[in-house]
Amino acid sequence: MLLKKYPKEVQQILSKYPPEGKRSAVMPLLFLAQREEGYVNKAAMQDIAKILDITETDVASIVRFYTLYHDKKAGKYHMQVCTDLPCALRGAEEFLDALCDNLGIEVGETTSDRFLTLEAVTCLAACDKAPMFQTQGPDGIKYHENMNVDKTMGLISVLKKSVT
Amino acid sequence: MSHILLRHREIPDINNLNVYTKNGGFAAFKNAVTKMKPNEVTDVVKNSGLRGRGGAGFPTGMKWSFIDNKNWPHYVVANADESEPGTFKDREIMEGNPFQFLEGLALASYAVGANVAYVYLRGEFWELGAVLDQKIVEMEEAGYLGDKLFGTDYSLRIYNHLGAGAYICGEETALLESLEGKRGQPRVRPPFPPAVGLYGKPTIINNVETFANVPMILANGAEWYKSIGTSDSAGVKIFSLSGRVRKPGNYELPFGTTFRDLIYKHGGGVQDSRTVKAIMPAGASSSLIPVDDKVLDTPMDYATVRTLGADLGSASIIVIDDTVSMKWLINKTVHFFKHESCGKCTPCREGTYWMSHLTEDLQHNGSTGDVDLLLNVAKQMQGKCLCALGEFATMAVVTGIERFRKDFDNEVRA
Ligand SMILES: Cc1cc2nc3c(=O)[nH]c(=O)nc-3n(C[C@H](O)[C@H](O)[C@H](O)COP(=O)(O)O)c2cc1C
Ligand code: SF4
Ligand code: FES
Repeated sequence: MLLKKYPKEVQQILSKYPPEGKRSAVMPLLFLAQREEGYVNKAAMQDIAKILDITETDVASIVRFYTLYHDKKAGKYHMQVCTDLPCALRGAEEFLDALCDNLGIEVGETTSDRFLTLEAVTCLAACDKAPMFQTQGPDGIKYHENMNVDKTMGLISVLKKSVT
Repeated sequence: MSHILLRHREIPDINNLNVYTKNGGFAAFKNAVTKMKPNEVTDVVKNSGLRGRGGAGFPTGMKWSFIDNKNWPHYVVANADESEPGTFKDREIMEGNPFQFLEGLALASYAVGANVAYVYLRGEFWELGAVLDQKIVEMEEAGYLGDKLFGTDYSLRIYNHLGAGAYICGEETALLESLEGKRGQPRVRPPFPPAVGLYGKPTIINNVETFANVPMILANGAEWYKSIGTSDSAGVKIFSLSGRVRKPGNYELPFGTTFRDLIYKHGGGVQDSRTVKAIMPAGASSSLIPVDDKVLDTPMDYATVRTLGADLGSASIIVIDDTVSMKWLINKTVHFFKHESCGKCTPCREGTYWMSHLTEDLQHNGSTGDVDLLLNVAKQMQGKCLCALGEFATMAVVTGIERFRKDFDNEVRA
């Protein structure tokens, strides 16, 4: 499936690593597999295992280890707010609370229209621009810095328009 | 003084290949490949006094000279995982002045005879990864990467590899595991990567900022570089300043700059004109330094900060003012490390779990007995973990309780 759908991308990924290091391609292939649905399904894991001559269990254990891979369908976008120490010293927790109130969901929950899953995450290397979050969705991973609730709600409606 | 690393602050379009070359870019690399022996490049870096900027401050040229020349091929890997809370300098280098970083990586590769180098970028830098891919293509087209460079026999390719969200992958052996397509769990050392690294081959791993220094050192000479900074720590450092300051951000300054100058002269002072209560000089992994005038006037280099009972590490200076609760703070750091522990060894996995329960309890109804227990658990972990993350997890807890005990006693039940 993955090979059929993205033959060029798969070959390009494999070409970055030496033959003895073929397995290195597992992470880029997972990102590729996750591109459309926002999560890696079982079929994709089987595909990747076959391409790389490793077991499906190997692939699943990678998916579970890294936080940017998802094995379940969630909202179209993950909105991941950094609440680590430096950001928290600059109002990130208050920002996240206010965001929850506005969206009517708790941290970890998905909006009823299945558009947004709200998460609290650790440092994203943007500590001087808190409050900040990243969005992970069909258009990849993007940073949004020096945010407030109004700007965020505005962003959400722009994103909604762009995908429908 | 104009910048040596953050040169895009003076030359905004230095991220354009032509502008970079017009400003001397790739001259050092071309000169090295066409006129210098690989070990001569290493010698210049050695003589410059450059120390690794990823946290440990290990002498860079010495590391390169450890590469095992009996085992081939060799690899060079740039550690662009940048995940320590409070650290955001590598990202600015790669966004603002990407070619200088890539030229440094190329120079290191030439110095140790590597024909392939990887940039291990944290997965969150997804957009930056696409930009760097483009910069690498531009370098290939301009003849700075590829086969038989500048008419010599030397060939070099650089590839990006995206991580996927795991702080532990910044630890160099976990990074190698991750790059090999496995879970990012540290290896037992020795052997060290210059002997056995990527795919079992000799590998040099350096931080992005370390590489970014190298072209300037080759262009201007070891003596020039050594004349900046202090005798212990040569050159400039990018200090990532965060927390309760008016102007958080990256400040590239010579080693030996005082905390006071960084926080007040450059960082605009403390928010709401409060006073600095504590400093964490190496991000969330730091010991907490209780601050007084003497501390503020301490010059920041590796050796001098150690006299304050802390490591300078990656120089990610988190400023804590007198409004911040210490039990809240250690709850934050402990949760971070609990979340990021890779789970490979018991003291770290279990220790961070128990510490997080105790620090959580302290937020609500803990007692001074719980504070003692927490200190005990943290001390039990020390010296028993496979990698430094386990140790990092205890630093704020132990130094917080030992150096700010009164705060805890005032905030919890007797
Ligand atoms: C838990 C942990 C996380 C680390 N994270 C990073 C990181 O994000 N970036 C980095 O360059 N070094 C990090 N390091 C240090 C690396 O292991 C290694 O020492 C460094 O990349 C070597 O480069 P340098 O000599 O240029 O400093 C980390 C170490 C540990 C123990
Ligand atoms: S100390 Fe922690 S992070 Fe390091 S190997 Fe052990 S469990 Fe993993
Ligand atoms: S703490 Fe939030 S980006 Fe670093």
